[in-house]
Amino acid sequence: MGRVAVKEERCKGCGYCLEVCKEGNLYLDSTRRNRSGYSVATFSEDKVCSGCALCAEICPDVALEVYR
Amino acid sequence: MSIAAKKRVFASPASLTDNKFHFCPGCHHGLVHRLAAETIDYYDLSSKAIGVIGVGCGVFLYDYLAIDCCESPHGRAPAVATGIKRSNPDSFVVTYQGDGDLAAIGTSEIIHAANRQESITIIFVNNSVYGMTGGQMAPTTLPGQKTTTTPAGRQPVGDGYPINVAELISTLKGTAFAARVACHSHTHIRTARKAMRRAFQAQIEKRGLGLIELLSACPTNWRMTPQQSVRRLEAEMINTFPLGTYKDF
Ligand SMILES: Cc1ncc(C[n+]2csc(CCOP(=O)(O)OP(=O)(O)O)c2C)c(N)n1
Ligand code: SF4
Repeated sequence: MGRVAVKEERCKGCGYCLEVCKEGNLYLDSTRRNRSGYSVATFSEDKVCSGCALCAEICPDVALEVYR
Repeated sequence: MSIAAKKRVFASPASLTDNKFHFCPGCHHGLVHRLAAETIDYYDLSSKAIGVIGVGCGVFLYDYLAIDCCESPHGRAPAVATGIKRSNPDSFVVTYQGDGDLAAIGTSEIIHAANRQESITIIFVNNSVYGMTGGQMAPTTLPGQKTTTTPAGRQPVGDGYPINVAELISTLKGTAFAARVACHSHTHIRTARKAMRRAFQAQIEKRGLGLIELLSACPTNWRMTPQQSVRRLEAEMINTFPLGTYKDF
């Protein structure tokens, strides 16, 4: 099973990764903000991730690392 | 299973520094930086690559790529790159330029560098506006597109038609590689990665100038959300700027 690690200080909450993940494993957590003030992409621990890395591929801020 | 026990399948390329990008949310400059870093790693060029940076939002490339870099005056990157490459023939010289930089103030320099068959690689980010200065019209602005200098929309008669740089440069004999790709989907990004390698390969094999044009979003100056901007790129920009390889050695 895959896992996505978010480098929260790099994330700007653009949301591209949310759209590309077919499983809906990523969401923007509106209750938290990083030091730049952005709501950051957050990985749902309780869903199934194939580790396809499409989210990291599309991320323009190199904020995601994918493990499998 | 803990993350430590898993294999990392996607990580930041070695030639990209840890510095956070200054770009706006959804801007594709960061993606293009990453593809450049990946390609530098792929060909193991980090010790001999020299970046020549144009003027625009890509101007801080030296903070992000772990290679030597040189700033150039607006539009003059191909001329500065020519000097660097000719005096250091063993170096790998790559320019990074926006559409205001390359297709407006620097039109002369790119055309003559290609025509002289300079052995340099050009990374050309086309986001259809002057980003850094607040969204003025560029030569690549689409007909009808509203910008701060074309508030009623660009009128081709009077304001000019969009200039198709990849096609134009491909007509010059000194050009080895010219292609246009897009940054807005993972399938397009994969094609872009392959084209970036060919643009590098042209210089490695001393075939002539290699240019990759990347259609990119500038959500801020398009006055759009990142999601709206990638939809505009797909629905509007690609019609005017067809994707494809126009010259391959
Ligand atoms: C000689 C000169 N003229 C004008 C400027 C102002 N200027 C700075 S960036 C820029 C346009 C950049 O647009 P583009 O190349 O499209 O890059 P982007 O910011 O969109 O990535 C201009 C006109 C300058 N820095 N130097
Ligand atoms: S102004 Fe446009 S090109 Fe510049 S960083 Fe912002 S989105 Fe990117």
